[in-house]
Amino acid sequence: MTHHDDSKTLFGFWVYLMTDCILFATLFATYAVLHNSTFGGPGAKELFSMPFVLTETLILLTSSFTAGLAMLAAHRLNKNQVLFWFGVTFLLGVAFLTMELTEFSKLAHEGNSWQRSGFLSAFFTLVGTHGLHITTGLLWMGTLMTQVTRQGLVPPVVRRLTMLSLFWHFLDIIWIFIFTIVYLMGAM
Amino acid sequence: MKNGSTTPQPEAAHGTLTSYTIGFVLSIVFTLAAYFAVVDHLLVGGVLAGAIAALGVVQLIVQLVFFLHLASESKPRWNLVVFLFMLVVLVILVFGSLWIMYNLNYNMASPHDVDTQIIQDEGISK
Repeated sequence: MTHHDDSKTLFGFWVYLMTDCILFATLFATYAVLHNSTFGGPGAKELFSMPFVLTETLILLTSSFTAGLAMLAAHRLNKNQVLFWFGVTFLLGVAFLTMELTEFSKLAHEGNSWQRSGFLSAFFTLVGTHGLHITTGLLWMGTLMTQVTRQGLVPPVVRRLTMLSLFWHFLDIIWIFIFTIVYLMGAM
Repeated sequence: MKNGSTTPQPEAAHGTLTSYTIGFVLSIVFTLAAYFAVVDHLLVGGVLAGAIAALGVVQLIVQLVFFLHLASESKPRWNLVVFLFMLVVLVILVFGSLWIMYNLNYNMASPHDVDTQIIQDEGISK
């Protein structure tokens, strides 16, 4: 595998990420249109706990940073550090996902599921799609960590790790906008 | 493995420990600034909404530069071109949807709601 092919693969992955941005843009647009359609039910201000969401945000931000550290180690071909930092990233990702699912089940138990109002349908679709991406990212991370253990840091594995880290940073950026638009603007 | 700095690929610039740390610290600072502006009511109304939106955009730029290395991509900058095209589509999609749905709400509302809306928009007091 030459570098030229690598750059094409990474460019292709970048184009995929940009189309994924458009998917999220449609969900953000839906949320923006429906965010006041509460059908007499509770709105964003009543439902969300701000310290909880801030913790989620800081966890995801930190995981993006540790993914960056893992990539630095990958380019130095330091296998143990790659496994350590991706391990930390993985655990932070699991913590984030657990918090998100806790929030979802709490809302559903209180009778504020996606069936309650247009606002909540849009909320669950937007935040749930992000959570689904995080889940996929975690599965991918687990797979690649196995590959690093078995095959070492050979060029194809490093290329896949590079794509995974792009994906993970991208999910962090999407979350910044969910944090800003859904939670912060909702709490105003 | 050493990458040639002449090949146009995202990994041509991996960033350094310093750049990742700067990006991380700036992200945390902007996140906390936006959070406390809202929670502690440091600003109000339109100014607050504008400030939060601005902090969100600044964070986007920080992440693109320090984590995704978009600024240090070598020419031709295809990643940047695709990114900018995506932004155009995004703006049309989001603001177009809001515009259309606002007009639909306006035009499909009951006569009473339209009266209320016009009175509100024009600042007429009954």
